Amino acid sequence: MTTIEIDHTSRWFGNVVAVNDVSMTVGQGVTGLLGPNGAGKSTLINMMAGFLAPSTGTVTLDGRPIWRNEAVYKEIGIVPEREGMYDFLTGREFVVANAELQGLGDAAAQKALATVEMEYAQDRKISTYSKGMRQRVKMASALVHEPSVLLLDEPFNGMDPRQRMQLMALLRRMGAEGRSVLFSSHILEEVEQLASHIEVIVAGRHAASGDFRKIRRLMTDRPHRYLVRSSDDRALAAALIADPSTAGIEVDLGEQALRIQAVDFGRFTELLPKVARDHGIRLLTVSPSDESLESVFSYLVAA
Amino acid sequence: MYDPTVARLTYRALLGRRRAAILFVLPALLVVIAVAVRAFAGADDQVASDVLGGFAIATMVPLIGVIAGTGAIGPEIDDGSIVYLLAKPVKRPTIIFTKLIVAIAVTMVFSALPTLIAGLILNGNGQQIAVAYTIAALVASIAYSSLFLLLGTVSRHAVVFGLVYALVWEALFGTLVPGARTLSVQQWSLAVAEKVGGAGAITSDVGLPVATVLLVAVTVAATWYAGQKLRTLKLAGEE
Repeated sequence: MTTIEIDHTSRWFGNVVAVNDVSMTVGQGVTGLLGPNGAGKSTLINMMAGFLAPSTGTVTLDGRPIWRNEAVYKEIGIVPEREGMYDFLTGREFVVANAELQGLGDAAAQKALATVEMEYAQDRKISTYSKGMRQRVKMASALVHEPSVLLLDEPFNGMDPRQRMQLMALLRRMGAEGRSVLFSSHILEEVEQLASHIEVIVAGRHAASGDFRKIRRLMTDRPHRYLVRSSDDRALAAALIADPSTAGIEVDLGEQALRIQAVDFGRFTELLPKVARDHGIRLLTVSPSDESLESVFSYLVAA
Repeated sequence: MYDPTVARLTYRALLGRRRAAILFVLPALLVVIAVAVRAFAGADDQVASDVLGGFAIATMVPLIGVIAGTGAIGPEIDDGSIVYLLAKPVKRPTIIFTKLIVAIAVTMVFSALPTLIAGLILNGNGQQIAVAYTIAALVASIAYSSLFLLLGTVSRHAVVFGLVYALVWEALFGTLVPGARTLSVQQWSLAVAEKVGGAGAITSDVGLPVATVLLVAVTVAATWYAGQKLRTLKLAGEE
């Protein structure tokens, strides 16, 4: 079993801190690296992939440093996010070249192409491929040497649902075979469906770690905020505050609206229309004011 | 030290891009000029030396060197595809050395070969002029390739810097300003040509020993440094 160990690692670019004192262990099975865009996921993956030196701390593969150590690539396979990939080659030529660079031959390349089910288009130029096909050929290039660690940066970006399912099935299989698979994503549902273990990164910090049930609970139990306008704001406020699902209500005179903080998300969403109807109040605006991913994640940091 | 797979990818990248058209246009232009000059002026050693020294060595060789040297690595770093080379158990200096060999080979084929052909057309290798300038082009190919490969490794604007160096420094200062000539690949390579050509046919401002030392030093230093830079290459387009 191969393990990547990140120990009190930080990385900054000039005076911007991209990764801030993160410690985590990536072991057997599928790990999802979850966080909003710009949270530092790519920086972290680039350090695990040996493309970036940690500013402080260490990133090791079974105890050996990854930075400036080409030998680790015998055991690591990398699927980068960027699209640049020798478009003038055919899929087969590209994967064969990757196999040769690993000291392997055509047989390994052919096997990898079969694993990602790209044999049917292997003799077409990469420049003619769809995004999903490119992603699969990238996968094949990372799998030629059957690595024990697989790192994928936002692998589902731009894929259609069917391609997504296929890749998920493939990654699940890789994890079940005993490999350490780590992929990054900013979409909770993706991570939840695939990862047995989740690491959450927000603003460069390690915000949470655990299985998806724990993370899910952290995310749905947070207080939700709504902006509500109605035909009678004060009557609505009085009726809502009587219910325990509402934690606080503010009358925003500038906005001519109510700012409501709900604690029990499920119950509040049923309560609001019911209360309005019972009191003959018309709801004009109901908008969640903090549904952006960043604010969802920020609750995790506080948790 | 040499990886055939890296070499194959580099050749195909170099010759498959639109930029490669310049690799064919410049040599063709040289041959056309040679034919025209020969037709109008007849065979003349001085004219042959002027054409080969003024266009082939001063302009064409450095330009081909820029295209081949920066093109052997720059576009891969730009679009991120270099990742597929870096994420392999292949030593980074091996990648640089292989790309250097490819760049040298391409520069030699597209600059020294046309120089020889043009020289033979101009005066049929009288006073060894064609051979001397061909050797100068071969020698310069090595130094230019290593310099521009380094440039392609450290800068995203390698082609611009390379063109400025090739056209302003080598073609303009290297021809006009005496002091600049000592630090010019063109003059170093001419120092080698001077020994080959007939007496007085070719002149260089730099002595052969100094030129040889500088050629070797620049080539080795640039290649070594490019290998080091590649070991700590930050991939563009991250966050």
